[in-house]
Amino acid sequence: MINRSIYEHSIALGKKEYSSVELTKAYLCEIEKKEEEIGSYITVTADMALEAAKKYDEGDFTSKGASPLAGIPCAIKDNICTKGIRTTCASKILEDFVPPYDAHVVEKLNNAGAVILGKVNMDEFAMGSTSGSSAFKVTKNPLDVTRVPGGSSGGSASAVAANEAVYSLGSETGGSIRQPASFCGIVGMKPTYGSVSRYGLVAYASSLDQIGPVTKTVADNALVLNAIVGHDKRDSTSVCREYVDFTTGIKSGVKGLKIGIPKEFFAESINEDVKSAVFLAAEEYRKMGAELVQITLPSLDWALSAYYIITCSEASSNLARFDGIRFGYRAEEYSSMDELYKNSRSEGFGWEVKKRIMLGTMALSSECYDAYYKKALQVRSLVIKDFKSAFNQCDVIIAPVAPTVAYKIGEEKDPIQTYMGDVYTVPVNMAGIPALSLPCGIGEGGMPVGMQLMGPAFSEPLLYRVGYAYENRGKAGI
Amino acid sequence: MKIAERQAFEVINNYEMVIGLEVHVELKTASKIFCSCSTAFGAEPNTQVCPVCMGLPGTLPVLNEKVVELAAKVGLATNCRIANFSKNDRKNYFYPDLPKAYQISQFDRPLCEGGYLNIETESGKKSIGITRIHIEEDAGKLIHDPEKGTMIDYNRCGVPLIEIVSEPDIRSAEEAKAYLQKLRIVILYTGASDCKMNEGSLRCDVNLSVRKIGETKLGVRTEMKNLNSFQFIGKAIEYEYKRQVEAIERGEKIIQETRRFDANSGKTYSMRTKENMSDYRYFPEPDLLPIELSDIWIEELIKTIPMLPDERKKMYAEKYYLSAYDGEVLTSDMAMADYFESAASKTKNPKLVANMLQSEIMAMTETDGFICNISPSHMAALADMAGSETINSATVKKLIKRMWESDFDPVEAVEKEGLAQVNDEAVILSWVNEAIELNPKSVADYKKGKKTAAKAIIGKAMAVSAGKANPILVQKLVESELDKI
Repeated sequence: MINRSIYEHSIALGKKEYSSVELTKAYLCEIEKKEEEIGSYITVTADMALEAAKKYDEGDFTSKGASPLAGIPCAIKDNICTKGIRTTCASKILEDFVPPYDAHVVEKLNNAGAVILGKVNMDEFAMGSTSGSSAFKVTKNPLDVTRVPGGSSGGSASAVAANEAVYSLGSETGGSIRQPASFCGIVGMKPTYGSVSRYGLVAYASSLDQIGPVTKTVADNALVLNAIVGHDKRDSTSVCREYVDFTTGIKSGVKGLKIGIPKEFFAESINEDVKSAVFLAAEEYRKMGAELVQITLPSLDWALSAYYIITCSEASSNLARFDGIRFGYRAEEYSSMDELYKNSRSEGFGWEVKKRIMLGTMALSSECYDAYYKKALQVRSLVIKDFKSAFNQCDVIIAPVAPTVAYKIGEEKDPIQTYMGDVYTVPVNMAGIPALSLPCGIGEGGMPVGMQLMGPAFSEPLLYRVGYAYENRGKAGI
Repeated sequence: MKIAERQAFEVINNYEMVIGLEVHVELKTASKIFCSCSTAFGAEPNTQVCPVCMGLPGTLPVLNEKVVELAAKVGLATNCRIANFSKNDRKNYFYPDLPKAYQISQFDRPLCEGGYLNIETESGKKSIGITRIHIEEDAGKLIHDPEKGTMIDYNRCGVPLIEIVSEPDIRSAEEAKAYLQKLRIVILYTGASDCKMNEGSLRCDVNLSVRKIGETKLGVRTEMKNLNSFQFIGKAIEYEYKRQVEAIERGEKIIQETRRFDANSGKTYSMRTKENMSDYRYFPEPDLLPIELSDIWIEELIKTIPMLPDERKKMYAEKYYLSAYDGEVLTSDMAMADYFESAASKTKNPKLVANMLQSEIMAMTETDGFICNISPSHMAALADMAGSETINSATVKKLIKRMWESDFDPVEAVEKEGLAQVNDEAVILSWVNEAIELNPKSVADYKKGKKTAAKAIIGKAMAVSAGKANPILVQKLVESELDKI
């Protein structure tokens, strides 16, 4: 019963092959079996999940117009607010925080009849690429439990890869959906900035954050994205737009499409196994009738530095509200207002979070603002320009997601090296364009290699089409 | 104030005071600036809050359009340029009454810039520059309880504010008060705020420095905050000016700091010395779109602004020949000014309408703002009858009182009840003679030389006429008859 796609489950439920309650119980069983080893979940909401499943079974979600997600169990990253369910952002400072409201995307999933199994692990406040900075647990890569699942949406990826959920929601600021998806051998999409409401997503860097689906297959991913996009008047940065069904034309293949190969993404830092896997995938596209085009994205050199300045700066402001006054962790000992703040935040935040807050505070200070934050914003406009001109020469860009496959847990890298792991993903977030990550081969240690497909704003249908073509190459109908 | 005293106050050793005012005004919108909570004053603590204004994780601000509208109206009414493009910025600092630990404000691209207000004081007319007006959100309120400690009420969090920053053009406490009064009345006319200092919808911070007259460089300034009445503002300015001058004369340097005014002692005290300027790490608010206003939008908004006091006073003087004083009183309340204009347009005697409003009607209005139970047309009719001497002033007063209780057409009433003034000298003579007959003592006093005794006769003649006699003719005839005796 488990290890099927959303699509398959949806048909099975419709045919009453099994009930949603049975399906949910099966996944809860998997969770129980695997959690000790994998550690995807921070909070499992078994009762609420079974209740939602029961509601599906008793209701009429099978009627026309019902969402394909109805009755199907999923997991939600723990930085997305769920009413009445603890939302911790994997931080001690929010260990007991229960939001009084649902995030917009959660409302949408609930209305579609989704069954939420629980909240999954992540790097604390989404800052990291391993999920190792979580205050509560270390999540393991289900394909090799000595390796990281990636981050910050590590739990979202591991849950799906380990069949502890049919699909999950993750979030990205600089690759936090795509990288764990690629490390765990599954599919992740970072949608165009503004297409999915951020209302209810605990903010890390407001001008970059986006929620996106993590799934087993490309078609599944399109189904989930269908359910969560759309204008939300509670999010002023959410776009007013009519979205087509993202599965439209998904089987149309890639004949005649121009696929850009950005030379900067295949230069020094990339490992050979990753490089050859992605090149082979590009070759497959050529065999399927696409044209490969050499393009250049020169701003890659500075995009990473600008990214860290922008995100740390915005984070230093977004995380200032965690002060122990109205909610969250408050230190037990303090003798002044200043101490209340200092002690609560020093004790409640983890090391990586504190580091980024301090960097961001400095970057925004009046002496540094022009040289750092303002400069970073200007670099950002160059990144946007680079992509615009690249998309004049090609329809889609193919690139690696990370320089390596999933690495060993505890493999201490120096901080700059760790941040360098984001070099291929952050330009997409800086430009606000969408990117789809999917597996394209095997690399070192038998671990999956992920490739990403980038497109212009709102080109998700095209990305799904190109991704689907690779995923189902050799099968009839492409 | 004696002239000598005032001079001593204003100018010590040729030092002038240089003052800039920062005024915060709460805008009168139904809901807060970034969420739909109510802005109503006086609710139970923490009953007008939601996840957004409480700064809960994951919440986002949404700009209330009405805030931009009202703020732009104030900008237009103070002769500012309204920016076609402005944006919000985050002002970051930690304080318990600020839930997000940043205030969403406007830093380098405010909504309005480069305006001015004309003021008039005893020293003459002057224009005070307005550097800028920007929109921002208010913070909560800290309440200090001796037993429970410090508690926070977040109802006020997110109430929309405009901050109006003046140029340092003010040179005296009198000018400061005149500026504030002018600002207040102009804002009341736009309907943007109810400007009640006692409810906190108008707050003023004073920046004051001193320098020798003729010097162009600005001295070191201090900031005085939370002065909650115009009177306290005046007193604080006077004290602080003196303190700074005396300190400089002693060879001390003025420290740039925030000072608190103590109403009881009339003195200012240092609040914080070390941080003169906090680094607020301003950066553009990423959760909000920039505010883009078209010229057409601005033009349409201009049409919604009523004629302002200065223009009305000018009109009253030119069109109705009213005095400056009359203009001042009538425009002090827009409802009264509107009423006056409506009645004045219907009568040949606008001056009489102005008089009646100031003497009779204002006395009867018990509420805070102007109301009048008499319709403008009826008031106009009354003024016409008074002007044409159809009725005398005593009758006017009586009619006003009756019309206040229950409005009616005074022309009809005068006709029906025969209240018209009698101007027939023959008839009046008979009343005068009757009065003389009834008051032999007063007559005798008058003959003895006590001219004021005629008053009693006049009064009696008026009474005998049941108040209808033309009082001027009565007086004339009384005096002529008495002289004949």
